[in-house]
Amino acid sequence: MNAPILEMKNITKEFPGVKALSNVSFQVAQGEIHCLVGENGAGKSTLMKILSGVYSHGNYTGDILFNGQVQNFFGISDSEKAGIAIIYQELALVPEMTVYENIFLGNEVRNGFLVDWNETVKKAGEMLKKVKLDINPALKVRELGVGKQQLVEIAKALSKNVKLLILDEPTSSLNETDSENLLKLLRDLKEQGVTCIMISHKLKEVIKIADTVTVLRDGETICTLRADEISENMLIKHMVGREINNIYPKREKTVSQEIVLEVKNWSATNPSLGRTILKDINFNLKKGEIVGLAGLIGSGRTELALSIFGNPDEYQLSGDLYVKGKKQHFAHPRDAINAGVAYVTEDRKGDGLILIQDVKQNISLANLRQIADRGVVNNNAEVKVANEYKSSLNIKTPSVEQLVSNLSGGNQQKVALGKWLFVSPEILILDEPTRGIDVGAKYEIYTIMTDLVKQGMSIIMISSELSEILGMSDRVYIVASGKIAGEMATAEATQEKIMRLATN
Amino acid sequence: MNFFNTARKVLQQNIREYGMYIALFVIMAIFTVTTKGTFISSRNIVNLVNQTGYIAVLAVGMTLVIVIRHIDLSVGFLGGFLGAVAAIAMSQWNLPAYLAVPLTLALGILAGTIIAFLVAQMKIPAFVATLAGWLIYRGAILVVTESTGTIVISDPTFNAIGNGFIPDIPGLTILPGIHKLTLIFGVLAIIFLVFSEINSRKKKQAYNFEVLPTEMFIIKLVFMSALIGGITWLLAGYQGLSWTAVVVLVVTIIYHFITTQTVLGRHIYAVGGNPEAAELSGINVKRITYIVFGSMGMLAGLSGILFASRLQSATTTAGGLWELDAIAAAFIGGVSPAGGIGKVAGSIIGALVMLSLTSGMNLMGIGISYQYIARGAVLAAAVIFDVKTRGKG
Ligand SMILES: Nc1ncnc2c1ncn2[C@@H]1O[C@H](COP(=O)(O)OP(=O)(O)OP(=O)(O)O)[C@@H](O)[C@H]1O
Ligand SMILES: [Mg+2]
Repeated sequence: MNAPILEMKNITKEFPGVKALSNVSFQVAQGEIHCLVGENGAGKSTLMKILSGVYSHGNYTGDILFNGQVQNFFGISDSEKAGIAIIYQELALVPEMTVYENIFLGNEVRNGFLVDWNETVKKAGEMLKKVKLDINPALKVRELGVGKQQLVEIAKALSKNVKLLILDEPTSSLNETDSENLLKLLRDLKEQGVTCIMISHKLKEVIKIADTVTVLRDGETICTLRADEISENMLIKHMVGREINNIYPKREKTVSQEIVLEVKNWSATNPSLGRTILKDINFNLKKGEIVGLAGLIGSGRTELALSIFGNPDEYQLSGDLYVKGKKQHFAHPRDAINAGVAYVTEDRKGDGLILIQDVKQNISLANLRQIADRGVVNNNAEVKVANEYKSSLNIKTPSVEQLVSNLSGGNQQKVALGKWLFVSPEILILDEPTRGIDVGAKYEIYTIMTDLVKQGMSIIMISSELSEILGMSDRVYIVASGKIAGEMATAEATQEKIMRLATN
Repeated sequence: MNFFNTARKVLQQNIREYGMYIALFVIMAIFTVTTKGTFISSRNIVNLVNQTGYIAVLAVGMTLVIVIRHIDLSVGFLGGFLGAVAAIAMSQWNLPAYLAVPLTLALGILAGTIIAFLVAQMKIPAFVATLAGWLIYRGAILVVTESTGTIVISDPTFNAIGNGFIPDIPGLTILPGIHKLTLIFGVLAIIFLVFSEINSRKKKQAYNFEVLPTEMFIIKLVFMSALIGGITWLLAGYQGLSWTAVVVLVVTIIYHFITTQTVLGRHIYAVGGNPEAAELSGINVKRITYIVFGSMGMLAGLSGILFASRLQSATTTAGGLWELDAIAAAFIGGVSPAGGIGKVAGSIIGALVMLSLTSGMNLMGIGISYQYIARGAVLAAAVIFDVKTRGKG
């Protein structure tokens, strides 16, 4: 093992009401890929935010030694100067700016006092090539899917002279192929001498890529394991403190013959981009069924969900939508909700949650009428409802009055789920429901899904994790370039079959 | 020792919420000293409250506009214009006040709806749409006052809104020179406040939510009661509660209730907090935009009424800079420029801060030029304070 490039000693960090880290020690060797794992809310992101100076020196106790020197970072610029770059769990790009502007934001290519735009574009192109992203650097980030945005983030980090690259759940929003690419990329970077810390809930890839793994639980270091010592079960055991034997709960046959949702010849055009995003889609969902929508990121699955769910982006639609046998035209998400449809968004921070409000306000938002009497909200009822979801979904927060922005990523996702379960829909559309969620919580969410379909709910699950699609759905549709490229019963489906159709 | 530590901690954690009360208190204390007590005299306080009225109601509406991430620059001259319309309705069309007032408010709602149409439907940024409104209403005031200049209002009912006081209980002879009904209202307000605070604290405790430590809670109650009691005493010592103060109180209470207790209020703050998430939660963002701008227009009408009735006339200059005072009041009162955060009561305090500055400096004989500079500095300080105390972690 090489000499440590980084040592964090006895780090303790408290937030009002929460001890996020207590006496954590963490060592990373020069040139290794070091994975950090742990349950939602274990303190992983917090530890990395301390390392990168987001929580400045003095807001925590303990020492950071980087490159053999004690470091007191007062901001991200300090840690960047030292050669540390971090890519956050929640992407931090400026959507209205172009890809090349974003890559060199805060690190502009200068020519005297001026920005050298030609050089910027050229260098941005090189960076994009490094991350194997084949797009025009002049595109606006807003126009890219989350997956591509992630790669732009990495390109941005690479454009700085990094010695230590921190990635907080980089693959949570990537599909299998892209994840593979990313892992390969990390190995390449390792060859070039870049040390890497990666946080991930995808234990398979952790095992594949890590030289060393550190497990955090409830703000404490549980253990640090070397590559040859790790197995998935062992990691899980350290993470949750007990054994988990199944990744997916047992599914009973719950599918009935009744079709609850059907779209026919469904097409959509995005008027602001001026292009067709969905073409001639036909699919249906039966009562008690979980239908998986597989496909690459950007294949149009989210757009399909949105177009059904009241069409908030105002696409031009054609085709027919039937909900419970009735032809429907939803002019607004409210109509869809009233008809029993709910949609849990993929991008919880962007359009799922209201981060500046607390847990209970977020959970009640879509169904305030239920807890209101003649337009006046019953605050007690609200607290009660929120507490119910807090315990049934196991949301880790000191109280339901905590601001959602203060929750860990995975717990935010649970709040989003709780919000839509409170609507008690008959048709639930889940867009990447387990993104950024730990193994234990994943199992909880799968169990909830199983219970819901048992009670007669029907679920459409959009997921880029093929194993999840295969493990949970009854039937799979494969979406590619805005079209349905195939349909199969899960029993007949394999990862290869799906990928072949998805990439066609 | 321990007590002071808790006090410090509580103050640190809630500095945002209490900051503006402290600021108001400090400003008032300073002026009381510099004017040798004139500032805090009953007469001046009554005047101050009456002067604050038309800005305060605008600030209430502006709070919601800023909360949903917009701005409304048109409301100053809209208010001035609608005041002129009210004057014309009474003096030229011979409408009684009880018709002229609702007519003015309705026109205000209409004006707000037009802005909302531009913002929500045509997707024009509110800054631009309301800047256009600013110009249009500026012109409109000149048009309607062109022939006559100042329009004098002679309706006594209407003029009472800006100049009159609530009647006292007839036949009571105790406490001569003190307005008894005002006093009774003050006492009732304190009782109500204490009970509702204790009640809400109990509920929070039942849910194990964080509450103030007992001694701090008592101090807060004493402080708030003393504040209300003191102001009541001052008002009662002159002519009692003015109708303007009643109007402002009623508006504040209604809006406070709507924003904190109702589904509509929640929807407004949700739209401000994250419009995309709100839309996907089934909230009609356009509808909220209409409601908020409609309410803003109505309050602009009310503001114009308060002002015109106070002057007992409509003038060509009415409305100038009102919108900026209202916006400043909202920011001083803790409304977040980024949207989603802000309290109606805070903006009222903000308006009081602005008007206290004006009134105090007038009493001290400070020239208008320095007054602007001082007000600008206080606004900047308030927003800096707000930003610095936000999101400490
Ligand atoms: N700004 C904050 N204010 C209050 N509590 C916070 C804040 N940030 C994080 N926390 C709390 O600290 C704990 C650790 O959070 P952290 O984000 O580090 O978890 P994590 O391990 O990254 O989880 P996840 O896998 O869900 O992303 C959580 O309980 C979280 O609620
Ligand atoms: Mg995290």
